[in-house]
Amino acid sequence: MAMQQADIEALIKAAMPDAQVTITALVDDGDHYSATVVSEAFRGKSRVQQHQLVYASLRGRMGGELHALALQTSAP
Amino acid sequence: MTNPVFERIEGEINANPVVLYMKGTPVFPQCGFSARVVQILSAVGVPFKGVNVLEDGEIREGIKAYANWPTIPQLYVKGEFVGGCDIIMEMFQAGELQELMKEKGVPVSA
Repeated sequence: MAMQQADIEALIKAAMPDAQVTITALVDDGDHYSATVVSEAFRGKSRVQQHQLVYASLRGRMGGELHALALQTSAP
Repeated sequence: MTNPVFERIEGEINANPVVLYMKGTPVFPQCGFSARVVQILSAVGVPFKGVNVLEDGEIREGIKAYANWPTIPQLYVKGEFVGGCDIIMEMFQAGELQELMKEKGVPVSA
């Protein structure tokens, strides 16, 4: 069961309303994406903590429905 | 009540300076992301211990809970979680991975 780009974006924005999200498919199979996320929520956090915020917003789908999400995160 | 899987993990990451939890082995990685981290560690010239999570279901799930990180590979340096594939790539390209190894006193041959 794969995920649609819009679903991923919606989940991230639900957790981080100010986030600017850009998603591209790495492979056209619905579970390999890369995403760039810019949000104030990341300010002062380490890369690991920033990525953990994004994974948390995906509510458990990361590693299951969504096999790969290469992340680039930063504060504005 | 301590978690036996977490204890196994802690034993591993404290017994070896650099540990990579990966799919497959350093010689035969079985996942593109794991293979990429193996290549980076070789480019930086860091000896490391590869743990093949495909051979140990308990560790495969336990390591995700341990680091609160949902995917494999996972790199540990001196007992600390450093990141998954994209963080290691970003650090390598910025020269931060080499810096970290020096800081932690991990011998680097490259």
